[in-house]
Amino acid sequence: MSWMVWTLPTAIFFSSIAAMLAGMTVWEIYSPTVERKGFLPISTTRGDRLFVSLLSAAFIHLGVVGFTSLSILVASAISVLWLLVLMRWG
Amino acid sequence: MSYQIENTQQGEKYNTIFSKVPAATRRKRNTRSRLRKRLLLGTYIVLLMLPIYWLLNMSLQTNSEILGSMTLWPKNLTFDNYIGIFSNPSWYMGYVNSITYVLMNMLITMLVALPAAYAFSRYKFIGDKHLFFWLLTNLMAPPAVFLLPYFQLYYSVGLFDTHIAVALAHCLFNIPLAIWILEGFMSSVPKEIDETAYIDGYSFPKFFVKIFIPMISSGIGVVLFFLFMFSWVELLLARTLTSTDAQPIGMIMTRTSTASGIDWGTLAAAGMLTIVPGILVVYFVRNHIAKGFALGRT
Amino acid sequence: MNNKVYNNRAWLLVLPMLVLVAFSAIIPLMTVVNYSVQDVLGPHASFFTGTEWFRTMLNDPALQTAFGRQILFSLTILAIQIPLGIGIALIMPKQGWQASAVLILITLPLLIPWNVVGSIWQIFTRGDIGLMGWSLREIGIEYNITRNAGDAWFTIILMDVWHWTPLVAMLCYSGLRSIPEAYYQAARIDRASKWAVFRYIQLPKLTNVLVIAVLLRFMHSFMIYAEPFVLTGGGPGSSTTFLSQSLATMAIGQQDLGPSAAFSIIYFLVILLVSWVFYTTIMHMQKDKTPQGGA
Repeated sequence: MSWMVWTLPTAIFFSSIAAMLAGMTVWEIYSPTVERKGFLPISTTRGDRLFVSLLSAAFIHLGVVGFTSLSILVASAISVLWLLVLMRWG
Repeated sequence: MSYQIENTQQGEKYNTIFSKVPAATRRKRNTRSRLRKRLLLGTYIVLLMLPIYWLLNMSLQTNSEILGSMTLWPKNLTFDNYIGIFSNPSWYMGYVNSITYVLMNMLITMLVALPAAYAFSRYKFIGDKHLFFWLLTNLMAPPAVFLLPYFQLYYSVGLFDTHIAVALAHCLFNIPLAIWILEGFMSSVPKEIDETAYIDGYSFPKFFVKIFIPMISSGIGVVLFFLFMFSWVELLLARTLTSTDAQPIGMIMTRTSTASGIDWGTLAAAGMLTIVPGILVVYFVRNHIAKGFALGRT
Repeated sequence: MNNKVYNNRAWLLVLPMLVLVAFSAIIPLMTVVNYSVQDVLGPHASFFTGTEWFRTMLNDPALQTAFGRQILFSLTILAIQIPLGIGIALIMPKQGWQASAVLILITLPLLIPWNVVGSIWQIFTRGDIGLMGWSLREIGIEYNITRNAGDAWFTIILMDVWHWTPLVAMLCYSGLRSIPEAYYQAARIDRASKWAVFRYIQLPKLTNVLVIAVLLRFMHSFMIYAEPFVLTGGGPGSSTTFLSQSLATMAIGQQDLGPSAAFSIIYFLVILLVSWVFYTTIMHMQKDKTPQGGA
């Protein structure tokens, strides 16, 4: 596996993605999601909202890293907030 | 459409009654428009065939004739370029390699894609939509992104420079494509057929092989066509994952440029030969293709 | 169609496929992510660089122009191939041996390996031995794809139109074939014009296949690599260097694994966003249609 050149941050990153997927599955089994329409233009399930927030989190990080001199933690903070907003009202 | 006319003769009759234009004039106009269509189509096909014809033309000439003067057809017909390819194992093995991994890929893909497509077309399950979307994103992933990791992955599991490595790598885009197309075909088979078969005492595997697969055979034909096509034409991954033993023909072709210049005749002949398997495949599925190209989604 | 049963055992049917695709998709993707945060000098020598590469790549003017060029290219070929493909499908014969012959001839360009397509066009457009290059020179048109960027662009677009319009035409043709003859008869009784027949009978039936055609063409044109690489090598200068080629040059040519991995990820995210928007729109359209029993 050494050719994959793992680093601690990326390992944490992938573990948390895996944990999120597992968590969503368990949550789904115990209380199945209902499709609903929030402030997003389409009706979404829980999984859809998670995907949207992860994808937008990626672009938020790219924007902050590429075009501002802010710390990457700022991007992460915005992303987490955005994730919570989306999951609740999206 | 709120009304439909069942047969042509009836339609023709109404047509004659209501139309102000006399039938003869109309027929003439029809022939003329048909002629124009044929002409346009003919022009398109001629333009489409020109580059291929030019390749064929060059493959039947000697290098001195190619470089010497502009000839629209071979003046001294020669098959030397083809003979050269067929008498040299390092050339024709390229074709054998390419065909081997393409066939392997078609087999593997069909084996895993058929049940998966059935699952997507008949059942809801946790994460089904997201899984389907994830599959489609693999269709969109540019292979250039994955070249180096691929090389290292297959090298570390000891599959580098084998046919199976290329076959597995091509699964990346062929399995999603196959599932996408098959799912469309399967969804157009009414679900009642499954249920009736189960009531009649068929087990799932028996039903699947004996009843279901024959029902979507035109779909399978088209899928095989697409699998062949995308595996045959892809070279970036195939080139990265092979060095000598499983090298595809497209890669061997780059050998034609030597110190003394490019061997145009051999290059053209090799190019022509890469087109032949495609022609065979289209010929076999030609009757299914029109129905199947819409991917069961019309 | 929409009466699917909820059954999680369906996962068993999906599993073998999942294992195979994940092997080919997820492990390399993880590796690319790992590369992107490091300066990889060798298998055992790498330094953690954090987000450095992402910053460099996003601000690289050469990549930004390559990106713009890529979008321009994809939109151009879509604008040409989709209408042209519909047109060809409309004039293709519907039955008999002619139909089979036309089908076989038209699909031919699709079955040629991509680098051979590049070679064919390279030969075809050469001024000395190529039919097209030679003819243009004889008429007196200055045409040289290795010197003139305009000619190179024109040739690449022509090549892509030649190569891929058949796919659009085939998709549309099969869409047209599924229209019952009775519709046309009804139109004839109404004395509908050709345009009306196209607009109200043929086009609605084509929407589904057109969506597939646009999606496939967009994806493939966005990652076009082999054909322009063989035909022009990205030149003259970098006027026909598209995204895939910039990426491959960086990763293989210059061995800059870190930056090219970061670039790959940005590239992938863009494709992911575009395809998600596209996919959601299609699904939405289909959902709106189903109540009327369409689709």
